[in-house]
Amino acid sequence: MASATQGKHPAAERIAPEVRMTEPTPTGSEKDSPLRFKISNLDVFYGPKQAVFGLNLNIPKSKITALIGPSGCGKSTFLRTLNRMNETIRNTRVEGEILLDGQHIHGMDVVGLRRRVGMVFQRPNPFPKSIYENVAYGLRVNGFKGRLDDLVEHSLRRAALWEEVKDYLKKSAFALSGGQQQRLCIARALAVDPEVLLLDEPCSALDPVTTAKIEELMFQLKDSCTMAIVTHNMQQAARASDFTAFMLDGKLIEHSETSKLFTTPTDPRTEAYITGRFG
Amino acid sequence: MNRALLIWRKSLNVVMLTLTGVAALSVVSVLFLILGYLIWHGGASLSWNFFTQLPKPVGETGGGMANAIVGSLKLLLLAAVIGLPVGLMAGVYLAEFGGQTFSFVIRYTTDLLNGVPSIVIGIFAYSLVVLPVKHFSTLAGGFALGIMVIPITVRSTEEFLRAIPGTLREGAMALGASKWKTIATVVLPAASGGILTGMLLALARVAGETAPLLFTAFSNRFWSPGWSQPIASLPVMIYTYAIAPYDDWHRQAWAAGLVLLGLVLLANLGCRLALNRGGNVRSV
Repeated sequence: MASATQGKHPAAERIAPEVRMTEPTPTGSEKDSPLRFKISNLDVFYGPKQAVFGLNLNIPKSKITALIGPSGCGKSTFLRTLNRMNETIRNTRVEGEILLDGQHIHGMDVVGLRRRVGMVFQRPNPFPKSIYENVAYGLRVNGFKGRLDDLVEHSLRRAALWEEVKDYLKKSAFALSGGQQQRLCIARALAVDPEVLLLDEPCSALDPVTTAKIEELMFQLKDSCTMAIVTHNMQQAARASDFTAFMLDGKLIEHSETSKLFTTPTDPRTEAYITGRFG
Repeated sequence: MNRALLIWRKSLNVVMLTLTGVAALSVVSVLFLILGYLIWHGGASLSWNFFTQLPKPVGETGGGMANAIVGSLKLLLLAAVIGLPVGLMAGVYLAEFGGQTFSFVIRYTTDLLNGVPSIVIGIFAYSLVVLPVKHFSTLAGGFALGIMVIPITVRSTEEFLRAIPGTLREGAMALGASKWKTIATVVLPAASGGILTGMLLALARVAGETAPLLFTAFSNRFWSPGWSQPIASLPVMIYTYAIAPYDDWHRQAWAAGLVLLGLVLLANLGCRLALNRGGNVRSV
């Protein structure tokens, strides 16, 4: 707990506001609602085993929500239900209600949902293609017709990677360092202009300097993109998020503003976890 | 006590190192022995004529096996056209789509098919392709070899696809790619180097098959235009020439063996080089 909360990121102030290519399109009656995701009574099962129990959680728009909790508490499972990635695993069953901008995500076309809800994984997973093709992939898959070059550059700029790779766009993505690869994966996710970005422990394979870069990036992006991040790093949750949810054994124990949760937790289990008494 | 244990451990190490080393060395030396033997016996008969001329009638010396070289290539082309697509797609099914029981059945049958003696495959092709039209043909030979290509391709394709980390598939699907799109645009390209090598090995393996060709493609001492006539192939020529009572034919059989091995080695080497050049993207 040496460098606990640093307060504001030094870089956060000097970042110019981002210009979006297209505005996200909230639909339905929730247009003015600050909520992006509204999750009620969510149960998730792997075969006979239940991983998430009756979870209720709101994810507000243009904010960063952190999910913390010990390994196996269901936070990754929960994150992966938000873009229905858990459906790629056999025998998963989801009960309850997940609303994205007021729409049931299970009634949506899964491809459309994943275009709106992007994901960045624990380990950088660039495709064995060029840097350019990595970023263009989502656009191509979604049948984008138009000038790819501009969007690729825009996405790489948003992911703060453009300056480092602009002369090597045709090079293999594997030539990049781990941190660059992870930012490439973020650029790849941003290329389809998602409304939400899910980050599943995006920094766990990265060193502190690179981690700081990714967090800086999250600060820049949050006005245009709602984010939910799973992290094992409590300092990261404390410095990088607006809201924090603490999960334990598949249940949501506590959810409040990050500053409040880390200073005055209401549940003794939350306090025990954030002070390092278990987990 | 401790010293005795130490000596025992050290000598065991030495013994095992020697045993495994000798075994490894003999593996390599077998290949070089065969190659050296072929060059020794066949190198002398190898001339420009061997590659350009037809076999000479019995009693005359000289001549070549141009028809058998072309014949082997034609048979392999057919085998590739028939066997590789089926093998590739079945491998994709096993690695990407298959459930538990059905996959087990397919995998098991594939292994059994791989173990079926090649002469039996020949009989199968004979009764299926040769008997109905009542004559030997290139098509029948290619069909027999194609069947042999399938199980090898299936298993190697499956292995290489399974080696692709699941995180790549997730990455593509999280961007909205469908399952098939993910396989076609991310997984298969990532595994393409290995899959191509596997295919080439399968073809190299059947390039030397004699038994399935004996009563499908049969043989031919002349050119065989089209696909419906009997056709000469290097392995069958080797077989015929090696058991013939003429010294000149024996020399030619050695030369044919050398050419066959050389072609397989060349194809292997070419494939390796081509993959290495385009391979910097693939190596993680």
